Amino acid sequence: MQRMALSFPEEVLEHVFSFIRSERDRNVISLVCKSWYEIERWCRWRVFIGNCYAVSPMMVIKRFPEVRSISLKGKPHFADFNLVPEGWGGFVCPWIGAIAKAYPWLEEIRLKRMVITDESLELIARSFKNFKVLVLSSCEGFSTDGLAAIAANCRNLRELDLRESEVDDRNGHWLSHFPDSYTSLVSLNISCLGSEVSLSALERLIGRCPNLQTLRLNRAVPLDRLANLLARTPQLIEFGTGAYSSEIRPEVFSKLSGALSGCKQLRSLSGFWDVLPSYLPAIYPICSRLTSLNLSYATIQSLDLIKLVSQCHNLQRLWVLDYIEDAGLDALAVSCKDLRELRVFPSDPFALEPNVTLTEHGLVSVSEGCPKLQSVLYFCRQMSNAALITIARNRPNMTRFRLCIIEPRTPDYLTLQPLDAGFGAVVEYCKDLRRLSLSGLLTDRVFEYIGTYGKKLEMLSVAFAGDSDLGLHHILSGCDNLRKLEIRDCPFGDKALLANAAKLETMRSLWMSSCLVSYGACKLLGHKMPRLNVEVIDERGPPDSRPESCPVEKLYIYRTIAGPRLDMPDFVWTMEDDSEFRIS
Amino acid sequence: MSPESTGTARSAMSDVTELNLKETELTLGLPGTNNITTSSKRAFSETTVFTPTSSSTSNPAPKAQAVGWPPVRASRKNAMRGCKYVKVAVDGAPYLRKVDLEKYESYDQLLTGLEAMFGSLTIRNHLGNGAEYMPTYEDKDGDWMLVGDVPWKMFVESCKRIRLLKSEASGLEIRRTELKLKEKTCGN
Repeated sequence: MQRMALSFPEEVLEHVFSFIRSERDRNVISLVCKSWYEIERWCRWRVFIGNCYAVSPMMVIKRFPEVRSISLKGKPHFADFNLVPEGWGGFVCPWIGAIAKAYPWLEEIRLKRMVITDESLELIARSFKNFKVLVLSSCEGFSTDGLAAIAANCRNLRELDLRESEVDDRNGHWLSHFPDSYTSLVSLNISCLGSEVSLSALERLIGRCPNLQTLRLNRAVPLDRLANLLARTPQLIEFGTGAYSSEIRPEVFSKLSGALSGCKQLRSLSGFWDVLPSYLPAIYPICSRLTSLNLSYATIQSLDLIKLVSQCHNLQRLWVLDYIEDAGLDALAVSCKDLRELRVFPSDPFALEPNVTLTEHGLVSVSEGCPKLQSVLYFCRQMSNAALITIARNRPNMTRFRLCIIEPRTPDYLTLQPLDAGFGAVVEYCKDLRRLSLSGLLTDRVFEYIGTYGKKLEMLSVAFAGDSDLGLHHILSGCDNLRKLEIRDCPFGDKALLANAAKLETMRSLWMSSCLVSYGACKLLGHKMPRLNVEVIDERGPPDSRPESCPVEKLYIYRTIAGPRLDMPDFVWTMEDDSEFRIS
Repeated sequence: MSPESTGTARSAMSDVTELNLKETELTLGLPGTNNITTSSKRAFSETTVFTPTSSSTSNPAPKAQAVGWPPVRASRKNAMRGCKYVKVAVDGAPYLRKVDLEKYESYDQLLTGLEAMFGSLTIRNHLGNGAEYMPTYEDKDGDWMLVGDVPWKMFVESCKRIRLLKSEASGLEIRRTELKLKEKTCGN
């Protein structure tokens, strides 16, 4: 058998490997033996780097010389909620500089939570002749000038997706930089932009791109222009409206309805800012085709939402505000048997009293009525252990469960007990659970359950929970597949962290803020673990200026083979292996 | 400088100091109300919605929130309830924060909110003394203005970012101008 394997020519192995698309599988292949490592690295086209500081650009380039697609993630997830101070990092510039030289045939760049400048966008536009895909997810640092450079130079661009990015939106003229000869657009997402784009330029652009499948407009595009736009792209599959209101004019309504119906492939709708309910029936004729509906910006009331979702029998994904209320979720449970993903966002997260009747009941309903439900994000103001146990029993196929009870440390509203048993049931019954976010009143007991049952758990978010280090210890010692752990405002300190130091090298990252980890422990961890970067973020000035026992404000630990990073701002300190003091 | 005018200047300065000592609470007034006495301060507070001492649930002002809780992205918040997040920089503080101007109904509320956000700062407008901060903002035209110069709604509409300047730089100028004014009025 061994002799047979050795006599396989490289080309054959390479051909076999080309069927392996998943990065994880590729990583495993490369570990089999040295020759497989070599063959595999020469034919790896797609690289995913979950933490841009875990490895250096030169290391990636050296190992994988033929990359066509690169994905990079920068800031930790809690940056979405303003917990990571401005200027922390995630600068993509050194990456772009390096890959511009090393990969002239690069086709795809996907970035998440990174800082990218106009200069970098211009470099991308100039350097890659076959550039096809640019996805900037929750990124910042650039303006519409950078976008103009991309539009003007990337002749083969297929996808430009700016989802949730913060763009210095100077004006809408950048769109006009796509030359008249440019026809290859497949996907355009500009929903995050503030200013108006030239609608005539947009109409001409999409009119000459026959392969356009996804078009997500920004709020500034008026409702009465949608029909014209849609008429030019009847092959559209995913569409995001702008502001969904206008003076009530029958011809606007009928043209819009006609245009939407004319898009026979349309499966996904989003946008819906400023909804005027009278215009919602324009969508009714296509509801039964829809698989994805994002109404999370639509401030429409429960009755209108019920009328809408009751017609969406093929719906797989629904994002909606809590205006849907329990009644709307009951309707969803009856009408949408194919539902896989539900996200319910809070309409007024800071209201002291509930403004809508959305309780645990709605989620229980959906868990009962929708057998394929596997991904949940739910903001509410009350929960009970009984409800959570019911949900868990109903949906053992749950893979992502994020519950946010708005008021921290809220107990079971029926028994006034902690919600340990409820979340315990979730991890126990949902054996394939990969992602979990906790909330409500929770003791160390819930972490015991998570450590015992959460064997497939990859990402865990914890806030205002636990009693002692034991809680953290249960997680780190029990969750075999944990990759990302983010914790805020929990009484976890040094002991659990130091006792489980080795575990941290098996994870992508750990974030802890407003906890009880001392500066001394951070230093110790930094010294002990050379392949971890232990970063202390503290606004109060250098940690040396305070006693070692003083807890740090924020802590970000991640594994890396690139050593400490060199682009830290002056409120971040890396705990060095050899020296105690940062050389400023 | 003649002894009389120095004495006058000193007493004018001590008037300013005394006013400041009394006003340990924020007392930002609209233009023209610089010489706020405690009675008119109360009147001013009563005209605003926010009353710091009230803790009833009917108080429409939001209570102090933990940063980043509940975990709703800024872009989502911005789309609802006419949110308006602007960055706030403070001289001497290493990092920026963001504040939602739509959460407040008056300058009073905003500056109290900023004071809470940045720890134990005290913020003054027009009257300045010691290690206090002058609130300034950049408007739509890119000009830097003093916070409080325009009606509140206009400010929310035009404010792009806020900077709290340490008063040593700016307060000194203001005090000098004030002193000159008092000299003119009291010296004669």
